[in-house]
Amino acid sequence: MTSKTIASSIYDWVDERLGLTELAAFARHKTVPVHSQSFWYYWGGISLFLFLVQCFTGVLLLVYYRPGAEAYESVRQINFVMHFGWLIRSAHSWSANLMIFAILVHMFSVYFMKAYRKPREFGWLSGMALLGVASVFGFSGYLLPMDELSYFATKVGLEIPAAIPWIGPIIADMLRGGPDVSEFTVQRFFALHVVVLPGIFLPLLGFHLWLVQRHGNAAPPSVEALPKAERKSMPFMPNFLVKDLAMWLISLNILALLASVFPWTLGKPADALVPAPPGIHPEWYFMSPFEMLKLLGNVLPGESGEIAGLLLFTLGIGLWVLIPFYDSTRESGQRGRAAHYFGLLAIFALLATTIIGYWTIR
Amino acid sequence: MSEEIKIVPVAEEPGETNTRRAFLAAAGAAGLAYTVALAYPIYRYLASPQEMAMNATAVTEVSLKDAQKLPTGSVLMFKFGTSPAMLIHLQDGAWVALTAVCTHLGCTVQYEPQANRIHCACHGGVYDSRTGANVSGPPPKPLKLFKVAVNETGVEVSRT
Repeated sequence: MTSKTIASSIYDWVDERLGLTELAAFARHKTVPVHSQSFWYYWGGISLFLFLVQCFTGVLLLVYYRPGAEAYESVRQINFVMHFGWLIRSAHSWSANLMIFAILVHMFSVYFMKAYRKPREFGWLSGMALLGVASVFGFSGYLLPMDELSYFATKVGLEIPAAIPWIGPIIADMLRGGPDVSEFTVQRFFALHVVVLPGIFLPLLGFHLWLVQRHGNAAPPSVEALPKAERKSMPFMPNFLVKDLAMWLISLNILALLASVFPWTLGKPADALVPAPPGIHPEWYFMSPFEMLKLLGNVLPGESGEIAGLLLFTLGIGLWVLIPFYDSTRESGQRGRAAHYFGLLAIFALLATTIIGYWTIR
Repeated sequence: MSEEIKIVPVAEEPGETNTRRAFLAAAGAAGLAYTVALAYPIYRYLASPQEMAMNATAVTEVSLKDAQKLPTGSVLMFKFGTSPAMLIHLQDGAWVALTAVCTHLGCTVQYEPQANRIHCACHGGVYDSRTGANVSGPPPKPLKLFKVAVNETGVEVSRT
């Protein structure tokens, strides 16, 4: 037997059991629409790439990180004792921020291309769930170094669920593992960050990606309105895949540059007896809700302001999540326009409150 | 990005094979450079404790504070660099320090004062407690001896 016949008989053996030929045929027929907005199709893939970076660098950090009372000391060791530990930690932090950014770009591009419409409602819903889990990833991971900044950010952040009437304080205490942020909080945030959240995120991500395979990329309404002969597309294999991988490479380069030129710092160890440092503020992706609550608190002081803020949040997020059911089909017309303006309003509100937030730190 | 890519078969010119080969070689070199650039920091990161241990084994002397008070017929376990070692005050008053790692399969050995021997519980290896010589059982080599200096404040153990 020549090597060629051996290879083909091995392929046949595997193919008979796993159906590789069907997969290859599926990949061959998969196409991606080509139009002036095609650029935005890459952002889901970039988010996925950055998530993979998170898994990889996260496992590397896990090699030396010790949760609980030794948390700060172990991160100090990673940062200053282990070779290139600073780079791995910096890459993990930068990639986390870039991932949230990529997910947000992906979400808004899906929103304005109206890719949530029938039959892609589950794609939108699972995507929103992924963003929700990603932000909890960010919040829990932020505490793990247990430095001054992460300590106070977590302290303040947990005041938000604590403001929910009746059950709020119980939820906050459960998350904290006591009345104050302590080594118990780090321990449970660690469990959340490396076991519970990946356990939720990975199946959701699988579902999300499977849906993309099932329904393909949505074309924006302006392209969908064109007659079939005028719509352009390119094969997924290899054309789109190669471009996707090129985007991954660009992302990797940007990440490497940011992580090495602007290494993530480690503050002083958290100490409940030391007053909060001036200018303390949440991560940029929490700045907007933080500022909205603050602004509402000025208008409606006291507990009523907090509750009104939470209600307004819940309402806004609820409307956002349920948009596929309001603007459901191509025939939506008036509703489609309303959804578009709601999206613009959301972007404006997010940007404005974020800018005000950073402005008022100084 | 907005144009569909159409594949049109073109007759290859003689120079074309060269440029393709050059492109593939450049792409391969770039890929290799990326792999090395990513793998090197990761390798060094993971190898850090190994390197620290290497630095620790470079230790040539250990001082054991107050060890001169060790009664006869007893042992003090300590770490010489990264590996376990033992300081024995023999019944007759002599001092011995040796590595406590069995030369057979690396278990930590113990001093038995009543039998005046060093015994490994894993596979029954026996060493002489004065010389470290392998007396019976599977150990292929003797335990290594250290130099011992006793003074008023403690015991200095150093490599011979």
